[in-house]
Amino acid sequence: MDVGQMQRQWLDYTRSLFIEGFLDNQFLQLQQLQDENNPEFVVEVVSLFFEDSERILKDLTFALDQQGVDFKKVDAHVHQLKGSSSSVGAQRVKNACIAFRNFCEEQNVEACLRCLQQVKQEYCLVKNKLETLFRLEQQIVAAGGSIPMMELSF
Amino acid sequence: MNRVMERDGVVSEQVHVLAVDDSLVDRKVIERLLKISACKVTVVDSGISALQLLGLDEQRTTSESDDFVGLKVDLIITDYCMPGMTGYDLLKKIKGSSTFREIPVVIMSSENILPRIDRCLEEGAKDFIVKPVKLSDVKRLKNYMSTATREVSAAAGGFGGGGGGGGGINKRKLSDTSTVDDMSSSPPSISPSITPSSSSSPSDSSSPSPSPLSSPIRALDSPIRRLKMSSAD
Repeated sequence: MDVGQMQRQWLDYTRSLFIEGFLDNQFLQLQQLQDENNPEFVVEVVSLFFEDSERILKDLTFALDQQGVDFKKVDAHVHQLKGSSSSVGAQRVKNACIAFRNFCEEQNVEACLRCLQQVKQEYCLVKNKLETLFRLEQQIVAAGGSIPMMELSF
Repeated sequence: MNRVMERDGVVSEQVHVLAVDDSLVDRKVIERLLKISACKVTVVDSGISALQLLGLDEQRTTSESDDFVGLKVDLIITDYCMPGMTGYDLLKKIKGSSTFREIPVVIMSSENILPRIDRCLEEGAKDFIVKPVKLSDVKRLKNYMSTATREVSAAAGGFGGGGGGGGGINKRKLSDTSTVDDMSSSPPSISPSITPSSSSSPSDSSSPSPSPLSSPIRALDSPIRRLKMSSAD
């Protein structure tokens, strides 16, 4: 595959992530913050997001596994995850967190456990998608090309 | 020492922003947003750390009389929801200090709660940003960020301070880049452009001209703005 083909593949893939709702506008914002002086910015932020999320999901699993669930704590964790997913543009994870918080308010353990599953699933999906995207980027750069700039039009 | 920046022939001091956020991801993002907007940035993870850096923490009763030289900042931007000391608590502490109350404080929050926004503005916050923070939000901040606040707090109310790049007013007019505004509801239609080489970064160079003093959400009666308005041509 030549560079042009790889770039087109990257574009198609990125476009699909937006259309399917995995990513939103905030991800584009992050891309705009990347330049020659900070060529790895998006990867760095997303890596922090992955680390942060995995920690929070672990804490959530633990918290919901307790005899007496501390819903305030659960809500605090979900709030954190909602915030970081929002900041990187991981839209479906964010939306799953919003739904989750509603059930925390209701103090409904069963529903919270279902939400946790949902959040984990969305997290895994977006993680795989982004890792695929970053791999494509590495291939393009290794072949001497550069990452296309995404532009939005209405 | 203040870092002096020369851009397009205009020498202006770099504004120094203190950013406070307990989220690792958000700290990384806000730092980059501020740096790409030509600010000097210090980032901390709590209100307590912020107060310590400024020299406003409980440990010291008077920061003027001892040898401690606190951090000199031109703007403080803080998250609202933080464990321990909230952004609101931090705001109150800063506005309650004679030394530091002139420093503009901006609150960030993921929740767009009107009473919360009102409360912060009433307590003296300069602006309120709903997260996630975008480049356009930081650009808006630059309108009331200037190194002048340092001089104002030093010389009680007198804005005449001679040196420091013309009172430190930010002489760069922020250019309109193709930053994306709020459209979180519908998926964007994407038209890609394949460029042969890495294209321009968002911080475009622009011709220097006095920055327009656009007011934030609520026009607060601050002595700094009154003085600037009267000296504007």
